[in-house]
Amino acid sequence: MNTTKHSTKLNRREILFSLGAGSMALVTLTMLPGLARADKTAADAEIKKILGGKTAQDGRVTLDVPQIAENGNTVQLEVAVDSPMTEKDYVKAVHVFADGNPVPNVASFHFTPASGKAVAATRMRLAKTQNVIALAEMSDGSIYSTQAAVKVTIGGCGG
Amino acid sequence: MFSRRDFLQVTAATAALTGALGQMARAAARQAISQDDLLRFDALGQVTLLHMTDLHAQLMPIYFREPSINVGVGAARGLPPHLTGKALLDAFAVSADTPEAYALSSEDFTALAKTYGRVGGLDRLATLVRAIRAERPGNTLFLDGGDTWQGSYTSLVSTGADMVEVMNVLRPDAMTAHWEFTYGTDRVKELVDQLAFPFLAGNVRDTEWDEEVFEATATFERGGVKIAVIGQAFPYTPVANPRYLIPTWSFGIQESLIAERVAAARADGAELVVLLSHNGFDVDRKLAARVDGIDVILTGHTHDALPVAVTVNKTLLIASGSHGKFLSRLDLEIKDGAVADYRYRLIPILTDAIAPDPEIAALVEKIRAPHAAELSRVLGQSESLLYRRGNFNGTFDDLICQALLQERDAQIALSPGFRWGATLLPGQDITVEDVYNQTAITYANTYRNEFTGTFLKEVLEDVADNLFNPDPYYQQGGDMVRVGGLGYTIDIGKPIGQRISDLTLLADGSRIEAEKNYVVAGWASVNEGTDGPPIYDLVSRYIQAQKVIRIDDKPAIKVLGA
Repeated sequence: MNTTKHSTKLNRREILFSLGAGSMALVTLTMLPGLARADKTAADAEIKKILGGKTAQDGRVTLDVPQIAENGNTVQLEVAVDSPMTEKDYVKAVHVFADGNPVPNVASFHFTPASGKAVAATRMRLAKTQNVIALAEMSDGSIYSTQAAVKVTIGGCGG
Repeated sequence: MFSRRDFLQVTAATAALTGALGQMARAAARQAISQDDLLRFDALGQVTLLHMTDLHAQLMPIYFREPSINVGVGAARGLPPHLTGKALLDAFAVSADTPEAYALSSEDFTALAKTYGRVGGLDRLATLVRAIRAERPGNTLFLDGGDTWQGSYTSLVSTGADMVEVMNVLRPDAMTAHWEFTYGTDRVKELVDQLAFPFLAGNVRDTEWDEEVFEATATFERGGVKIAVIGQAFPYTPVANPRYLIPTWSFGIQESLIAERVAAARADGAELVVLLSHNGFDVDRKLAARVDGIDVILTGHTHDALPVAVTVNKTLLIASGSHGKFLSRLDLEIKDGAVADYRYRLIPILTDAIAPDPEIAALVEKIRAPHAAELSRVLGQSESLLYRRGNFNGTFDDLICQALLQERDAQIALSPGFRWGATLLPGQDITVEDVYNQTAITYANTYRNEFTGTFLKEVLEDVADNLFNPDPYYQQGGDMVRVGGLGYTIDIGKPIGQRISDLTLLADGSRIEAEKNYVVAGWASVNEGTDGPPIYDLVSRYIQAQKVIRIDDKPAIKVLGA
């Protein structure tokens, strides 16, 4: 499994309590809400492409992500699809999107019956709190999906 | 899910409680609560679980006022432990003016504190633990829910060594952790190596190899029953506390991992499965509804004290308070690998009623002796009740915020919504020890920075969602960030981004403007490299200059949807 290496960049949590962070960083941050709306649209468009007019069904897909990211730069992700993985019935691909990222495509995993099971894990970078969406394309053309919210929080005030 | 039915079970359980309370009320009337009154318990079954949690290094007796505002959201709305004051007393049929009312609620706190005196003191708790162990020698299992090594002057200067020394004598059978991790990776490993009992934290994994860092499960046999204790550290330690202190450790709730460990314990023959948890009460309530097979969750982190066990999905949830103020005793009858019956008592540690354990008392004195002069150094006096606990500002936080505003010449002060910190009564001296009891952390440096109005709102929104997100799995278990020089309205039931409004600069009553910069001072930054003076020095200096502290308990925060 590939683990994408990201360059480090200030996240919101780091901006908040960093003494050196000047107004430049803060200006960038205040622009995020506008970007977020655009990103969600981008994710919707990508998902539409995969659906191709079909409706995604619930179930079969398990998405394991943290509720609150410890580090938005590397968020663990594991996706599993319940499937016999036979020639007749298998998972062709699993697509993962993050609807608040500037580029919503996180990863696409392709499987064959020889894969044995449809499980994949990687790490992703999340710019801010958002939904992670997984779509599984089955060999019979049906599509299953699930989603989970991952918070990228400022933190710092635990009991 | 948690339902009305679960709440009814709670209220039904109060029937059993009333008997013990009645005795306590009569004892109170005689002004003579004895150690025997506190220990009175009709033993039941094969196993006695003892639980203490969130001691926050309070070796000495203190005052501790429970919250007057502790709002529950989502499914937990209006349910214990989100009842406070009179509503709490009514729900558990506790009479006003009794020792239980003093211990459990904020009602009439100052007057009752004068009647019943201080609470806690590890030498007093030790006396009860020893007595119960002597009564039930082969049956007792004593568990510590963590947040034990942090929160006092001596714990900070010894980086936890004082607490490890004392706890090794008190000897719980296992512990889990949260603030312990703020001593950093190397120090935690060093201290864990010195422990005379297991340090259980099944949800802590190494970021490089995804391997377990600590033991997850310990097994015991008590009264012929095989017991598995699974340890669950605070899931959001690297989020709520500085990640740079523990950069290679990853946490999280790890629900499926807990389910695996429960199944493994059962397969291994455990007849009683206990989760020793630092998740927080609402997180554990949700967890209990979703993971089958846990008999008992000993909850911690959110500092709730409940006089009854709450049942969810056949799991008993126990909430044992904080600061050494309570010891929980849960007797269990196990039949065919399940809990057939139980009896529970939340024992208040009323200091004056209990003889100190001589061994622990001597050890505590030895630990404090080198620091005695500094600990008892008087900085000033308080005319007001100084406390912290509650969802919004506490009066001690108001004092801290005032100190930040003045000493750092700021317009706005931010202070973390910790749930620990002892209470001072009106008229008490404020000593160095008292200041450390509110501020003793390993990342205590203050910052001074300019924030835009937009960013300030974003900070408040973010913290509010950590507290009031209707899904407990997204809650971090602290209280709202404390503010000085700033007023606002919060609508708890709204989603993130829409809770906070009417941000007002108190100095001149002007509205906070989105694009304008404001000078903000604060402490407990989770980032490395904060280099202002540490908060305990700053607050000490401020109190010394003021001499007399008076805080008007008039919050500048308007709360809607509570």
